[in-house]
Amino acid sequence: MSEQPVLRLEAVRKTFGGTVVLRDVDLEVAPHTVTALIGASGSGKSTLLRCANLLEEIDDGAIFLDGEEITDPRTDPDAVRRRIGVVFQAYNLFPHMTVLDNITLAPRRVHGVPRAEAEERAHELLGRLGLGGRAGEYPDRLSGGQQQRVAIVRALAARPRLLLLDEITAALDPELVGEVLNVVRDLKDEGMTMVLATHEMGFARDVADQVCFLDGGVVLERGTPAEVFGDPQQDRTRHFLRRLVEAGRL
Amino acid sequence: MTAKDATPQPAGTPRPQDAPPRLPDARKPPGNARRPPADAAADDGYTPSARRIEREAFKRARSRRATAVAAVSTLVTGVVLFLVVVNSPGWARTRETFFSPHYAREALPEILDGLWLNVRLLLVCGAAVLVLGMLIAVARTLRGPVFFPLRALATAYTDFFRGLPLIICLLMVVFGIPALRLQGVTTDPVLLGGTALVLTYSAYVAEVFRAGIESVHPSQRAAARSLGLGNGQTLRFVVLPQAVRRVVPPLLNDLVSLQKDTGLVSIAGAVDAVYAAQITASKSFNYTPYVVAGLIFVALTVPMTRFTDSVTARMDRRRAQGGIV
Repeated sequence: MSEQPVLRLEAVRKTFGGTVVLRDVDLEVAPHTVTALIGASGSGKSTLLRCANLLEEIDDGAIFLDGEEITDPRTDPDAVRRRIGVVFQAYNLFPHMTVLDNITLAPRRVHGVPRAEAEERAHELLGRLGLGGRAGEYPDRLSGGQQQRVAIVRALAARPRLLLLDEITAALDPELVGEVLNVVRDLKDEGMTMVLATHEMGFARDVADQVCFLDGGVVLERGTPAEVFGDPQQDRTRHFLRRLVEAGRL
Repeated sequence: MTAKDATPQPAGTPRPQDAPPRLPDARKPPGNARRPPADAAADDGYTPSARRIEREAFKRARSRRATAVAAVSTLVTGVVLFLVVVNSPGWARTRETFFSPHYAREALPEILDGLWLNVRLLLVCGAAVLVLGMLIAVARTLRGPVFFPLRALATAYTDFFRGLPLIICLLMVVFGIPALRLQGVTTDPVLLGGTALVLTYSAYVAEVFRAGIESVHPSQRAAARSLGLGNGQTLRFVVLPQAVRRVVPPLLNDLVSLQKDTGLVSIAGAVDAVYAAQITASKSFNYTPYVVAGLIFVALTVPMTRFTDSVTARMDRRRAQGGIV
């Protein structure tokens, strides 16, 4: 069977006011692969993910999920979002709900899963991510790393086709970053298709199948981690990587 | 990554900066040192140093001194005020006109009878105002072209009834509607007065709810939508529960205000506490009944105000502990 990409972007353009945030962006994400988007702040990584989840409307081009165009104004955005999980930088857990309710909200209300079944799956996922026994807590009683793992469980609960991770470790203290990245590593081993915007270059090099360097809204360089990190073709990429090395981040 | 090897922590332990520990004295003002020290329960063989004991003794003495000063100063102020009032010219007449025990006793039963009407009005109107206010606030947040008229209507409603003086609204409803002689429409002053109150207060409460809805951070909406929840579901399960919690203090404030404005139905001729006072006062040209009715209203609103304060304080504390709601 030919490997149809899970997510495909075709000449995507996105502007905010007069600023061009994404310019002619092409991207293909094959099933069961991890794509890392790297680049300075403001290079368009987060916007790309928000566009893929239809949280932002693109100005031109097209985005396909499993070969079906989702940027057609006639598609139902809620139906598309049901197939994509998103984890945000700031967790965005619902503070008025327990961990369990956060996780089971979408399966029960959107996917019509019976409560018992939704909770069983939530407990199973929580246990797997080292959060067993935390189901009854409110998010503000958890550490940042635990909150982010709950957010991952919440995104996984509805069995998404694709997981978008938007700088999920950027708000965490260094010693908590590891526990979240390990979860992502496990998900890759289980075959989850993921696109992640990240500043963790070491992690991107380890876990990604494809690395895209964004600069000023353009995909300036793409390839395997070895190609992008080991033998960058573009001056801008080399410059970016050198600055990271100087800052001790690579 | 040197921080990693400093203190290895099991994954399940919340760290201090994420979840502030609830120390027993975290909420109490400092200076009250009569209770055992906060770490008395810590079982690590700690004994307070001489320095700490000396400091705490000093703090205790200081707080005793402060209490004594406050008591003396309050007493002196009270006596001075009393003497000024009692010795001012015309005090005897003032006391007879406003604070006559005889007329107070005479008016009290009627006023209390009337007060029952105010209480019932508060309960019924309060409930109606909350429901109507919420509906209007939600109508203003609806998206989509179909809802444009509804949205515009809700906006016009709040603009109009927030600007319209309550007394004009009341006069128009309680005297204007009966004057139309419409069939099947009540002329009961209590029902009409209550309607006028609901009309005006719903506009205020709708704005309070709307402020709460808009105070919920857009990232919460984004998270809900990213899970596939529709607009309505997002509003119902994510936005409104957080919004309502946040606006409880201003809502209670509006209810306090409604409580005393129930007295305005007296102008329609409904015999509530205010009208009862008016009846007794006009028989004797003594104004004590108004004072009695007024004080009863104050006595009713004070507990409600205190309750509002305590709810607000509790929510502030929760926010200070890192909660968002």
